This record gives sequence, C-alpha cells and structure tokens, in this order.
Amino acid sequence: MKIVVALVLLVIISLVFHWLSPWWMTPIASNWGTIDTTIDVTLWITGFVFVAVNLFMAWAIFRYRHDPSRRAHYEPENKKLETWLTVITTVGVAAMLAPGLIVWADFVEVPEGADEVEVVGTQWQWSYRFPGADGVLGEVDSRFVGEDNPFGMSPGDPAGTDDVLVSSNELHLPIDRPVKLLLRSKDVLHNFAVPQFRVKMDLVPGLVTYVWLTPTVTGKFDILCMELCGIAHYTMRGYVVVDQQPDFDRWLAQQPTWADMQAIPAGDPVAGRASYATCAACHGQQGEGNMAMNAPALAVLPDWYITRQLEHFKHGIRGASEADEFGRQMAPMANMLSDATAIRNVTAFIATLEPNSPTATLDGDPQKGAAYYTTCGACHGAQAQGNYALQAPRLAGQDDWYLKRQLENFRLGVRGAHDGDTYGHQMVLMARSLQNEQSVNDLLAYLNTL
Amino acid sequence: MNILRTLRDKPWLHPTAAATAAQYPGPDTTAAMRILLRFILAIVGVLFFLFIITFLARSQYPDFEALAGQPWQPFTDPSRLWFNTALLACASLAIQCGLGGTRAGKLNVTVAGISAAVFFTILFLVAQFDLWMHLQSMGFYIAGSPAASYFYLLTAIHGLHLIGGLVVLSNVVFRVWYDNNPQSLTAPLRLCTTYWHFLLGVWLVLFALLTSRPETINALAAMCGF
Amino acid sequence: MQNVAIADQPDHLHDPQTFITKYVYSQDHKVIAIQYGLTAVFVGLIALVLSGLMRLQLGFPDTFDFIDPSAYLQFVTMHGMIMVIYLLTALLLGGFGNYLIPLMVGARDMVFPFMNMLSYWFYLLSVIVLLASFFVPGGPTGAGWTLYPPQAILGGTPGYDWGIILMLASLAIFIVAFTMGGLNYVTTVLQARTHGMTLMRMPLTIWGIFTATVLGLLAFPALLVSAIMMMLDKTLGTSFFMPALVSLGENLDYSGGSPVLFQHLFWFFGHPEVYIVALPAFGMVSDVLATHARKNIFGYRMMVWAIVGIGGLSFFVWAHHMYVSGMDPKFGFFFATTTLIIAVPTAIKVYNWILTLYRGNIHLTVPMLFAIGFIFTFTHGGLTGLFLGNVTVDLPLSDTYFVVAHFHMVMGVSPIMVLFAAIYHWYPLMTGRMFNERLGKIHFWFTFLGTYAIYLPMHYLGFLGVPRRYFAMGSTDFIPESAQSLNASITISALIVGLSQLIFLYNVFWSLRHGKPAGHNPWGATSLEWQTPDVPPRHGNWGHDLPKVYRWAYDYSVPGAKDDFIPQNHPISAFEQTADQHEGHK
Repeated sequence: MKIVVALVLLVIISLVFHWLSPWWMTPIASNWGTIDTTIDVTLWITGFVFVAVNLFMAWAIFRYRHDPSRRAHYEPENKKLETWLTVITTVGVAAMLAPGLIVWADFVEVPEGADEVEVVGTQWQWSYRFPGADGVLGEVDSRFVGEDNPFGMSPGDPAGTDDVLVSSNELHLPIDRPVKLLLRSKDVLHNFAVPQFRVKMDLVPGLVTYVWLTPTVTGKFDILCMELCGIAHYTMRGYVVVDQQPDFDRWLAQQPTWADMQAIPAGDPVAGRASYATCAACHGQQGEGNMAMNAPALAVLPDWYITRQLEHFKHGIRGASEADEFGRQMAPMANMLSDATAIRNVTAFIATLEPNSPTATLDGDPQKGAAYYTTCGACHGAQAQGNYALQAPRLAGQDDWYLKRQLENFRLGVRGAHDGDTYGHQMVLMARSLQNEQSVNDLLAYLNTL
Repeated sequence: MNILRTLRDKPWLHPTAAATAAQYPGPDTTAAMRILLRFILAIVGVLFFLFIITFLARSQYPDFEALAGQPWQPFTDPSRLWFNTALLACASLAIQCGLGGTRAGKLNVTVAGISAAVFFTILFLVAQFDLWMHLQSMGFYIAGSPAASYFYLLTAIHGLHLIGGLVVLSNVVFRVWYDNNPQSLTAPLRLCTTYWHFLLGVWLVLFALLTSRPETINALAAMCGF
Repeated sequence: MQNVAIADQPDHLHDPQTFITKYVYSQDHKVIAIQYGLTAVFVGLIALVLSGLMRLQLGFPDTFDFIDPSAYLQFVTMHGMIMVIYLLTALLLGGFGNYLIPLMVGARDMVFPFMNMLSYWFYLLSVIVLLASFFVPGGPTGAGWTLYPPQAILGGTPGYDWGIILMLASLAIFIVAFTMGGLNYVTTVLQARTHGMTLMRMPLTIWGIFTATVLGLLAFPALLVSAIMMMLDKTLGTSFFMPALVSLGENLDYSGGSPVLFQHLFWFFGHPEVYIVALPAFGMVSDVLATHARKNIFGYRMMVWAIVGIGGLSFFVWAHHMYVSGMDPKFGFFFATTTLIIAVPTAIKVYNWILTLYRGNIHLTVPMLFAIGFIFTFTHGGLTGLFLGNVTVDLPLSDTYFVVAHFHMVMGVSPIMVLFAAIYHWYPLMTGRMFNERLGKIHFWFTFLGTYAIYLPMHYLGFLGVPRRYFAMGSTDFIPESAQSLNASITISALIVGLSQLIFLYNVFWSLRHGKPAGHNPWGATSLEWQTPDVPPRHGNWGHDLPKVYRWAYDYSVPGAKDDFIPQNHPISAFEQTADQHEGHK
C-alpha cells in the first residue's frame, strides 16, 4: 500500500512545489505576453489531467488490491467509455492547440514598418549591424570575411557603406518599436535567445532567419546562445539594452559605420617608437618582459590585442579592480597615450619587435597540461599561436608567471568582470574549469613546450 | 481490406477465432523469404527515396548546377549512360531467362541465364566505374559541385546494392550446386530476379533524375514543396 | 539463408553441445537475446557513469579539474547517443524482442537464425567502434547526440576529427545490425506464428515490438542517409550539409549546403526513434499490468489500434523538434497539429492501463510496482510533451532544461521503468529462479522516487530559461542564486539513483544462484512463453510439438473458470462456448 501513499504524496508534492517554487519564468519584457498565456492554458489543462489520472490510479490500486476471496472483473472493452474518453481528450487537446496556432500566426507575420537589425553570430561572439541612414542593409558574403572585414561586407555594394557595425556584444534597441531581427551566422548553428523576450530562433549559416518582437521594458537583458555551437558555447553571451528613443539614438550615433571603419589609417611605427620609450622601462627594450617588474612580454602579442588592452586600461575596464595590483600600475601608463592614433602607433612599433623565448619558472607535467590545453586550443590555436577571428591572443612565448597570474585574476573575477570586457567574460567562465594550482602549472608547463 | 477486418476481430470471442486455428499455414520457407524480400525492397526504396528527396531539396540552393542542359555538361549527351543501362537491362533479362529455365526444368538455360546475369552485372559495375573515371578526367570531382557529389554518391550506393545482390545470388547458386537439386533453385531465384528488376527500376529513376535538365528538376522540387 | 528454423519437427534442431556453439557462436534466439541484453546493459552502465560526471559538473561547478568544457560536451554526447541507440533500442528490440517474439508467438526460433546471430555480432562491432572513440586523438565527438553539422565536423567542437568519423561509422554498423535483426522480427511475427495464433490473439508486447521494428526498418535509413552524407562532407569535402562559412577565422571550401536539411533527415529518423523505444515498452507494460492485476487488458483492440496509429503518425511529426531551427516557420502549423493529434491515442493507452487496474485484483509484486511507476512517469512526461509539441509554447522552453527534463521523463525514465518491470517479470522464465523480492522493492523505491526528485525540479530550471548543454551557467541577470542549490540537489538525487542500480545488479547475479526455484509459470500468466515444457525453455522452445492456441492472451478471471487465468493453449471449454453465444446475441 506504500505505493498508494507514494502516488498521492507525489501528486501533492508536485502541486506544492509548483505553487511555492521561486523558480519560474523571468518577468516578460516584450509584446509576447500571449505566449505566457498559452503556457498558462497548457499548464491548467495538463495539471488537471495529471492530478486526475494519478489520483484515480492511486484510488484504484487501493480499492482493488489483492484479495484472495475476490476475482477481478472480466470486461474486454467498453466502447461507450472509450469513446467518451477519446472525445474529452480531443477537446482538451484542441483547447491547447487553438491558442497556440493563433499566437503562432502572429509570430510568423512580421508587422509592417518594423525596424530591421541584423544579429551576427560567430564562434563564440555576437555582433550587430544596423542599416544606417539609407535604411537598407548592404550585401554580405562569407567570402569577404577577414581581419579587416569581420562582417563580410560586400565591397561592391554601396548600400553597405553607411551600415552601422557594432562589434561589441551589446545591442541597443529602442522601446516600444517592433523590430525584426535578421539572424545570420558566419560559421555554425547558434540560437539568439533572450529569456525576457520569450522568443528565440536559430542562426543558420547559409540562411538568414528572423524573429520579431517589440521590447516593452527598458533595461539590460542577457542574450544567450541556445544552440550547441562548440566548446565555448556556454560563454557565448551578449546583452540587449532596451533604451528610450533619445538614449538609443545617442548610442547609435556613437557606433562606427562601415565607411568609418575603412577610413582608419594604419599605425606608424616610427611615431610609436618614441612613445614606447616609457613602456620599455618595465617591458624591456625588445618587449621581452621583466619578471622583477611584473611586466609581461609584449613582443609576442598581436597588435589588435595590445590595442584592445590599452583601450581597456584607459577606460577602466581592466586594472580598475582593487585586487589587481599590477593592473592598477598599468592603468595610468595607458592614460599617457592620448588617443586612438597614439595607441595604433605604439602597437605598430611593438609589432616590429622580435620575440625571444622566455624561461620557464614553473614546475609542471606537460603531458597532463596537454590534455587541459585541448579546450584552450579551440580559441588560442593548437600551437597557442592565437587567432584574430576569435580575438584570442598568442600564448606561446608568453611568460608563464604572467599567464598564471592572469588565469587566477580571471578565475577570481579580478579581470574580465567588467561589462565592457566581452572576451574577458569568456575567460572568466573558461578559467574556472581549472581550480587546482597544480593543474594550472601543468597547463603552463605544456605551453612552455610550444 | 483484409487487414482492417483482422484488426476489428474481437479475440475474446472464441468461435470466430476457432475457425482460424485450423488454418495454420504451416512453416513456409518460401513465404518467409518473400516477406523478407518485400521488407528489403521497402527499406532500399526508402533509402533511395530519402536520397532523392535531399537531392531535390539541395537542388534549390543557388550553387546547384544540374549535370545536363548545357553543352559542356557531361550528361547533356547521355549516350554512355544509355549503354550502361542496356548492360543492366541485359542482366535483368538474363536472370529472368534463367528463372524461366528452372520453371521449365531446363538446367542449361538456367546456368546460361544466371551466368549471363552475373556477367552483365559485373560489366555494368565496371562500366559505371569507367564512367566515374571519365567524369574525373572531365574535371567533375566528387566535391566539385553538388550535382556531381550526388552522382557519385547515388551510383555508389546503387552499385553496393548490386554487389550485395551478387553475393546472395552466388550463395544461392553455390547451395544448389552443393545439394545437387536444381528444383530447389526456383523459389530463391525468383526472389533474386525481383531484386534485380527492382534495382534496374531504381537505376532508371536515378538515370532520369541525374540527367534531368534544370527545368525538370525545379519542377519536381516544386512538386515536393521545396 | 536457406536454413530456416521453423521446421515443425524438433529433430532438425540439434542442441548445441560445446561452450562455443552454445554461448558464443549461437543461433538460438534466447542466447542472442541475452548477449544483446548484457552488452546493452554494459554500455548503459558506461553512459550512466557519464551522466554522473555531467551532473557533478552541473551540481558543483568550478570544482573538478578533470571535467573541462570539451570533456563535458563529450560526456553529454556519448551519454545521449549510448542511452538512446545502444542501450534502449538494443535492449528493447535486440534483447526483449529476440527473447519474447518466438516464445510468445509459439515459434521454435527466429525465421533466420544465422542472420540473427550476425545481427548481434554487428551490434557488438558497432559498440566496439563507438567505445574506441574514447581512445583516439581528440576523443569522442562532443557535438551533442544530434550531431548537427556544421559544428559536428568543424574545429571548435571536441572530437571533430576522429571522434565524429568513428561515431558515424558506428551508427552505420548499428543500422546494419538493427536491419538484420529487425527483418527477422517482422518475418517471424508474420510468418512463424503457431496454430491458432491470429494477429489479434497476439499479446500487446508482440504488437509493440512488431510495430516498433517496422518503424525502425523504415526510419533508420534516414539516419544512414544523413550519416553517409555527413561522412562525405567530412572526409571528401562535399557540400551536402555544409554552406560557405568561416570557421575560426578560416574560409573553408564548402559552399551552398543546407544544415537544416540534415536536421530534417535526422528527426525523420529521430522522432520515430522515440516510438521505437516507447512502443515495445507500451506493449510489455500492458502484459505486466494484466498479469499482475489478474485482469484482461482493458480495450485490447483500442490498444492495438493505438499502437499502429501512433506508429503511423510518428512519421508526420518530426519537425516539432525544429520549431526554432530556422526552417520556414509556416511548417509550425502543420507539425503542431499532427503532434497534438498523436497525444490522443497516447492518452487512450494511459486510460486503458488505469482501467485495467480498475476492478482488478492487484498483486503489488515488484514488476507491478515498476509498471505503476511507469504509468506515473509516463503521464508526467507525456503531459510535458504537450508543452513542447505546441509550437508557441515551445518558443520559450525550447533548448532549455525543460526539454531535457521532458525527454528524460518520457524516453529515459519511463522505458527504463518498463525495462525493470520486464526484467523482474521474465527473470523467472529466463533463469528458472525468482529474484529477491525485498531487494527488488528497495531498488524500485530508490529508482522511482529518486528519478522524480531529479526531473521534477529540472522542469523548473527550464521555466527559468536555463539553457541546456551549458558547461557552467556563470552569472546572468535572470537566474537566481538559488537555482544552483536546485542543481546541486538534482545531482545528489542522480548520484543516489545511479548507485542504487548496484542493488539491481547484485540482485540479478545473486538470484542466479540463490534465488528460489521459480517452477512453471510463477505469476499465473496466460501468454504462451510461460507454457513451455522446460523452464528456462530449451533450444527449440517447445519440445516435440508446437503449441496450439485457442484463445487470446488475456483470459484472466474469466467468470466460471476454475482458475483466475486460462493459458492461451488451453482448449475452449463448454461453458465458454455458451458464454460466447450469449455475448454474441447481445
């Protein structure tokens, strides 16, 4: 008879859990309240069936438990009963299906005059494109994707020149305006999902898919990739910020157009040499780094990475945390570079320096480290050579003590916790998979062999 | 419909079913083999059906170019394919003759029929392989264009099924030779014959599809809703 | 292929003598069934350990260095693939299908015993190839059990080189194995039924297995097609599923292919696969319920129609897995409708199981407990399916833990409940001994309550919006801290359930030697497998003469009969004739 008690208790526990659970859908921030309604309808109907079926079963087991003096009833079938049950079930199913289909019809049909914004997914980052002044998104093709053209803008299409390209993972949308998000992937399947918006859709390479919604609440919401897209799938995050119209317009005006991006000149190493004199005091004449000064090697780092870090130091994205002792020393140094041109010049100079191989300062087992490195290698490259497309810097040739400190900083959120540090966020999540100091030493011992 | 009547049977009522108890057909090897073959044909049919459906779906992507229609494309002139088709048709015909031979009890006709069928089938396979070489020499590699990929893929799968058929056929012949009882050949040979005709049919469909001009393919794809 | 073993004379069947011919190179369906069963349970245990490792990471993130994101995805992938294909499909059809079909329809063996043996050896080979992928450079594939291209064959996914190739090869071998086995099952059911065993007199177990096998034979080709084409994309650089793309900064030579096409093919196989697992379970649980409730299965004809109907419909619902896949959203209308239609026959099955209990005479034996547990978990899993099948409701829930909880409830826990019910139910027949009842009950309680403690809370993680296949959640603005404690409790339940399976293994092996002798037909069952002259049945099953069948498989508690069951091979007695006539006039 324990089973009868268990069945009744499970039904009660399920209901209590449902009513008391603090874990429920996050408050909605879009026009898709109707989706929540269909969930409620489904929940009530299925909940009723769940309770009814199981309580009836529990009662039947109790009432008709084994009794040697009695025999079971012999009844092969009961057409009337079966027909009734079928009809009632069909009605219940129809009651769930009908609202579902009605709402789906809304979902399929994008309202006229909706703004268009393109969401671009790539392993494991989000970026966005607005159509610009002419209201038309320029042509793109994956053939054109490269370091200078991350969006794959077609050079032949004039409609593209005024397209606003947002290379950060943060998307802004104006409140109360329907928007059609055109979804495009450069490599594998992704899924654009914002739980507060309720709707989601896959990004499929080779296709442009879409989803539409009207944001109804201002605020900042997480964008998650919800279609498995490889090792770092879980780090593929972004934000959507819903603004009042004026705030949105201000933000949009700050973003570069495709024409702006093309107009950026290359850095001048000769001019950069002068600025580098200050850097050389700690980082060394050849950018070889100096353990005593806690200054990492620069000559091994790619220019785009140094540029980004200098920007981060300048804007308090890196080196602002109390716990980041050496980062805090670097921040005022970065501030000495007055503008983007100065930064470009000094990185152009650093790019001319010859890297030399560092000495190992840590003890570890390179073979074990090789196993840990499999995951890292997805972005940083099999030979730790770095990868521009993933914004992953070169690791080979970097000082192990520096990498160890950075891994620790990432793990503790000393580095990478700032909202502006898109790629740092990913490293925070990644660095947490190595908790043990010995594992980190093993990993770095392996990197020293590359 | 017989099956519908069966499904409406009320098995708890005894008299209706009592009648069928007497109708036990007894273990019947031939019938079992026939059921087996039907299922195999269904499975192979589904396999090729799915390949063809994906072909039609894939054909609607912009980079798809049919292998026929323009003068430089290999199957605008399908004479080589007609030759291969003739070989496979001969094989089908020969195995049918062989089957006729066993029915009439003429051992030499049977032997000649089966031998010719095996000969023509192997010749067909060789000719298909030669066609592959020919396409390669023309620059149509497997990864070159989707239509070429499908050509290699479908002919390979079709060829593998023929080879499977040859294995079964040789097994049948070997057994007959071993038991020295040509009469027992009729039933299995009939199944082999059906299989050969079926594969000829599959080949004709593939032939028609792979040499279709773009308009035909587009029309077919539109019919399937792509 | 000539040595068809449906000869009526037993002298054609020589009992194998040596160890090799008896247990290794055996063509006896019962031995093959046990081989299938043991192999499936073995890989199943591996998959169970993998799920434990996954749960450790999810319950206690940032703790274990040996579980990194690559390893995690590999565990997820292999766990899913092994459980769905190599455990459930193989154990339900290769194991129970093989064991029960000839015995339940009154045949001496499968119609093509040699092919049946080959089927097992191919299955074993597929398992070996699958497990080999743990030992190749890069390890097994981590593309998720759905193996979606392009990521499955591109860098950035674990095991994109060797792992995926071995996985596809293993699947292809498995499909060959299944096809050889499946052809045997359908032919045996259609052609080797004994005297009087009409289709509608077959137990529902056979209906379930038969329909599932037909589904499998027609659905597995879709998987084969997609596996072959993906293999060519990977190895020869064709572009069936691969569009032009830039992988990790590198422009690849692919162009024009369609990843969505793969998904259509995969789910054209994948959805019937759900029913390939579910239908045999439906069948077996019906027989367990009827036997232990001492009552005929309620609405037998409706049950058969439902099985056939569900089987047929299952080919028209596949795209409900793809509502947010980027296919034309207009398909959503069609597939939501077909999907919800399939709920009707499924619901009827549940009603009929419960109506079988109603006015029965219920023995709460271990198999019965598991069967009741199945009704509960299946009801739960079936109802949550109505959320996901209904296209709009699916939008927020798709790709979250709600999906994981739903399919584990309906396709993991429920069939496994039936598998345990079936193992406990037929154990006396297979071994000639009873299992230990006490241990069986302890095993039931741990499994039943434990799995509910895992999956009920998991639905709520899904409502929250927690995505599946995430190595770690990190911090978000919508998931409260407390969700982590929920995850930890799920992990603890999962580990307890996992460990409690040791009780089951111990029971199975202990009872082989120490169990009470079972004797003939310990449950008082009507169906034919319990009426063999020897227990366990010997090679050839039926001694000298095949049994003759006079009635359906559910003559329990027939009014006026001496016992509360009449085996199928008992001739009709006089009082039944009169009762029938009475019935006929009504």
